[in-house]
Amino acid sequence: MNEILLSAKNLSVRFGGVLAVNNVSFDVKQGEVFTLIGPNGAGKTTVFNLISRIYTPTMGEIDFAGPDGMLKLTTQPPQNVASLGIARTFQNIELFEHASVLHNLLIGRHTHRVTGLWQDFFFTSKTREAELKAREKAEEVIEFLSLQHYRDTFVAGLPYGVRKVVELARALCTEPKLLLLDEPSSGLNVEETDDMAFWIQDIKNDLGITVLMVEHDMTLVSKVSDRVLAMNQGEMLAMGTPREVQTDPGVIEAYLGSIDDVSSLRRDRSIEASPPGARAHLP
Amino acid sequence: MRFIFKTNYAQDVNLAKHGGHVFWYSALMLLLVAAPWVFAEYWLAQLTLVLIYSIAGLGLMLLAGFTGLFSMGHAAFLGVGAYTHAVLTNMGVPFPIALACAAGLSAAVGLVVGLPALRVKGIYLGIATLSFGFIVEEVLARWESVTGGNAGVHIKKPNIFGWVLNSGEEFYFLCLVITVFATLGILNLLRSPTGRAFVAIRDSEISAQSMGIHLAYYKTLSFAISAAFAGVAGALYAHNLQFISPDQFNILQSIDLLLMIVIGGVGSVHGAFLGAIFLISMPQAIGMVKDYLPAAIGQAPGLQGLVYGLVLIAFVLFEPMGLYGRWLKIRTYLQMFPFYRKGMFKRQKSFQKSDRLK
Repeated sequence: MNEILLSAKNLSVRFGGVLAVNNVSFDVKQGEVFTLIGPNGAGKTTVFNLISRIYTPTMGEIDFAGPDGMLKLTTQPPQNVASLGIARTFQNIELFEHASVLHNLLIGRHTHRVTGLWQDFFFTSKTREAELKAREKAEEVIEFLSLQHYRDTFVAGLPYGVRKVVELARALCTEPKLLLLDEPSSGLNVEETDDMAFWIQDIKNDLGITVLMVEHDMTLVSKVSDRVLAMNQGEMLAMGTPREVQTDPGVIEAYLGSIDDVSSLRRDRSIEASPPGARAHLP
Repeated sequence: MRFIFKTNYAQDVNLAKHGGHVFWYSALMLLLVAAPWVFAEYWLAQLTLVLIYSIAGLGLMLLAGFTGLFSMGHAAFLGVGAYTHAVLTNMGVPFPIALACAAGLSAAVGLVVGLPALRVKGIYLGIATLSFGFIVEEVLARWESVTGGNAGVHIKKPNIFGWVLNSGEEFYFLCLVITVFATLGILNLLRSPTGRAFVAIRDSEISAQSMGIHLAYYKTLSFAISAAFAGVAGALYAHNLQFISPDQFNILQSIDLLLMIVIGGVGSVHGAFLGAIFLISMPQAIGMVKDYLPAAIGQAPGLQGLVYGLVLIAFVLFEPMGLYGRWLKIRTYLQMFPFYRKGMFKRQKSFQKSDRLK
């Protein structure tokens, strides 16, 4: 439980004059749900893109407990990240639109392919066997996320809420050790968000997959997260349980502004001075 | 309306999804095998040409329709295949070996052309492949010691280890066998991890990469396979005409190939065949209509180009899914009669795709 799965050390990334992530360090332990929160532009998604090797950090490094012990993730080519056991979803859904849901899930099985080009070209018995097995695995995920109804539907024709689930399903098909969820509840209604919370808990408890997510919905965050890291302007603000982070004065300040900022917004100071009863009829 | 009740995964994997597929494709196969006895010699020659273009079309379809990389210089691969095959055949190399070499060399050239595809996209890739097409045409014209320059090369009859294919019927069957193999190969690729990787790259590179797909490998692979198919088609093309010269592999040929798959329907295997039928039958149709038109129009030069252009514009405007898309609509209409709605194939516009990371 307390083994470290992923550890980011002094991570910094600079785009020209913008320091998007500044000296961020955190550890994700095996079997926990770790959440990154922060206002827009805090650098949460950039951290995700560093982990999935879309960006390379200017400074610092990321270690990951791969199949053969700890390895430096920052030296791996991007396409190897998935086979090491890291799967991700995207904030603005990136599904393969002109393919069916099942097809999308099968692409998620890509890292588990056992056949080569020529075996595929002649569709040998080995390819056939692998195809049947891949479908069996995809079917397990379909059942887990109750997607049976949409199995053969084209993604282009699916509503947003379902696409979100399909993307989660595709990530699960890679059989990851670490799942990166970039705003799993954005654009979902209350009911769908509840389902998502339920699934994230199931992914953690039943499938034993560690989850690292970026999320804005604090109800969801406090429901599922074991630990939370709050960021602002690329810097770490606070880390701890959801409750600890929510009550941290630095975090409150980042979201709401400081006391001075708020008081300067008050239009009429006389209201503040008047007795409590006088405020009751104000809108 | 047909509802397929699936009881095992093999039904998903098999090429024939239901009895209707088995029946209609068997019927088509029977017709194609019986063609030499059914059609007159002239029409058989046209059918042979359709098959040859279909092979090239299948290759380009894999590249443009399934991997999303458009090649505007595909005739160059056709030319490389044709010349390699012609030179080897004239040296006395048996047909299968010469064909394999033609495919191999085209694939190797495709691999090299595929390298810029890793960096450039869309219109820029089009320009890169277009200029490659010009380079190859120029090489074929200038490298006279091998290619015979602008005078062209005559090619001997195909010789399969001593069995010389003299008649049109024999050559037709040769083309038919190769086409069937090529089609099965493409269909197999598309239902296996390799083909799915291509489709993934077409739809979203960023998420293909995060699913563990090696972009550089699969893009160059797609170019190589596509070029190999064009090479095979080129070899058969050379035999079909018995004479090749560089100007047969110029930009007009490339445009014809691209036109073929766009009109056939980008992103469908059927489209390659429908496009080839269109490309071969169109000059015939124009020829037939010509005599009934006023002389000022009928005898005007460039009539064919004008018609092609108009047809292409019409397809892009009214039927972007091509002939195959039109057929799908007709089929759905008949299957669902009288419940077909006009908007059924309308794609909902979506504004949620991110270009940020591209």
